[in-house]
Amino acid sequence: MSWRDRSRRNRRNQWRRVIRKIVIYGVLILGSFTLLIPIFWMISTSLKPFEQTLIFPPRWIPDIIKWDNYSETFTYLPFLLYYRNSIIVTTTAVIGQVISASLVAFSFARLRARGRDFFFFLMLSTMMIPIYVRIIPLYIIFKQLHWLNTFKPLIVPYWLGGAAFNIFLLRQFFRTIPIEIDESAKIDGCGTFRTYCQFILPLSKPALAAVIIFSFMFHWNNFFGPLIYLSSADKFTLPLGLLGFKDMYYTPIWNLLMAGSIMALLPCVLVFFFTQRYFVQGITLTGLKR
Amino acid sequence: MQKRKIHSKLLRKEALECYLFMSPWLVGFILFIGGPIIASLILSLCKYDILSSPKFVGLGNYWTLFTDDPLFWQSLRVTSLYTILAIPLLLLISLSAALLLNQKVSGLSWFRTIYYLPSVITGVVVALMWMWIFDGKFGIMNYLLSLIGVDGPVWLFDKFWVLPAFIIMSLWALGPPMIIFLAGLQGIPRVLQEVAIIDGANKWQVFWNVTIPMLSPVILFNLIIQIVYSFQVFIPAYVITEGGPANSSLFYTLYLYRMGFRWLRMGRASAMAWILFVLILICTFAIFRSSARWVYYEK
Repeated sequence: MSWRDRSRRNRRNQWRRVIRKIVIYGVLILGSFTLLIPIFWMISTSLKPFEQTLIFPPRWIPDIIKWDNYSETFTYLPFLLYYRNSIIVTTTAVIGQVISASLVAFSFARLRARGRDFFFFLMLSTMMIPIYVRIIPLYIIFKQLHWLNTFKPLIVPYWLGGAAFNIFLLRQFFRTIPIEIDESAKIDGCGTFRTYCQFILPLSKPALAAVIIFSFMFHWNNFFGPLIYLSSADKFTLPLGLLGFKDMYYTPIWNLLMAGSIMALLPCVLVFFFTQRYFVQGITLTGLKR
Repeated sequence: MQKRKIHSKLLRKEALECYLFMSPWLVGFILFIGGPIIASLILSLCKYDILSSPKFVGLGNYWTLFTDDPLFWQSLRVTSLYTILAIPLLLLISLSAALLLNQKVSGLSWFRTIYYLPSVITGVVVALMWMWIFDGKFGIMNYLLSLIGVDGPVWLFDKFWVLPAFIIMSLWALGPPMIIFLAGLQGIPRVLQEVAIIDGANKWQVFWNVTIPMLSPVILFNLIIQIVYSFQVFIPAYVITEGGPANSSLFYTLYLYRMGFRWLRMGRASAMAWILFVLILICTFAIFRSSARWVYYEK
């Protein structure tokens, strides 16, 4: 091929590469917009006076930006109380979950005993069982214990092992820590518990972070548990409390509902932004590694 | 002799420690998992309404559900239809997004964040958001449709369009399956694709004969997770439509909740829960069986 033909082909290929890049970027950006529009719409609605929400065609940017929708949520409903309840339940449950899951995972990963693997597979198989199978007996148990309408049903089970997913994640991670670490700790005279505390745990920060994040997201957004166990409004967590804006009058109070929703989702989004790496790590840790 | 004694003493100590560390889960399992499972099985064979003691009725609950309860079948219909339609779409979209993100583009992590962000917002907040978006008169869905000249339906109050609305809602949470696909894609050795290209394959052939087979374990994983998940959809059904209009969005778990906690027919609700469990098992098993034919594991 002459150099002229070659340079013509190179220019054509360059064109193709540029077009390909434009198409890829274009689709990605279009997709991003489509995904983010609902969130923009939520924010826009949360800043409108109520009458402006019920107009067609809708306005994107309200002419009066009503910031005090956000403070009004606190006066319409005991929103601060709901927030406080969510914080209490979520932090205690997450702390319990992390502590118990890591203890149990350590037993599955490092300590040997007869029947250990049987219990491990038993635990795994419980992941497949829908909560609906257990919820009625659980309701009855908590009723007998007089724990209904308290936070206890939402917290105690997570101090006793809790979600098998988290135990599994930590166990898989513990297994990637070289056994030499345990051995050198033992040579230095550490008992099992000290090895666990001073060596294994500090090395497991990424996995522990993932567990904290997943657990936080679960408990903060948990709706079904509170729905079943909590009956008086002063005990409601955010997901339950938000429904108040929807059901109070004939039509939902859209602007307050959206403002409340944004305040409810803010912690999750913030946690997400600051811990993104661990999200991806956490999911792939269980999904693909052997 | 001494050595063996010390050895077995150490083993016993380690076994004790093992179960000591495991004890939180063991206690939790007996109290909140194992016990309730057995109790729920027994309850499903009884008539129970909390106010009086349970009455044994054998398979009566199951019989009534299958032969005398049209809402039971309706809820199965709604849930199955939703599952069959939503999952292929979701997997397709999340795979496409993963493929796009796998190209060498700058700002990859920005896009990944944006595409994952929606799934961080879950449950009630998302349901309420969509309830507002799909509002028949003032929601932006119909507004955007009107921009292209389409007169949108009253989504959430229309027997035909309510399920498509739910499906659209589910597509928004494409983040987790997308991330898993992305990880799977990045695990495919480039060598394979390069060899195929050298052998004369074009882009499409590389995709179908190299990428997809190498991805098949990940596809299987996502498929099963999504099926188990979509059989148990509850929050949007409860929050937005309460099963309406005319039970066209009566998801199975919503009906179960109503049966057990509104009508206090707890025996029958337990039976429904077990039927759900068995259904999920059957589906998962069937997919696993079929996977031998289309899933390709690296040797």
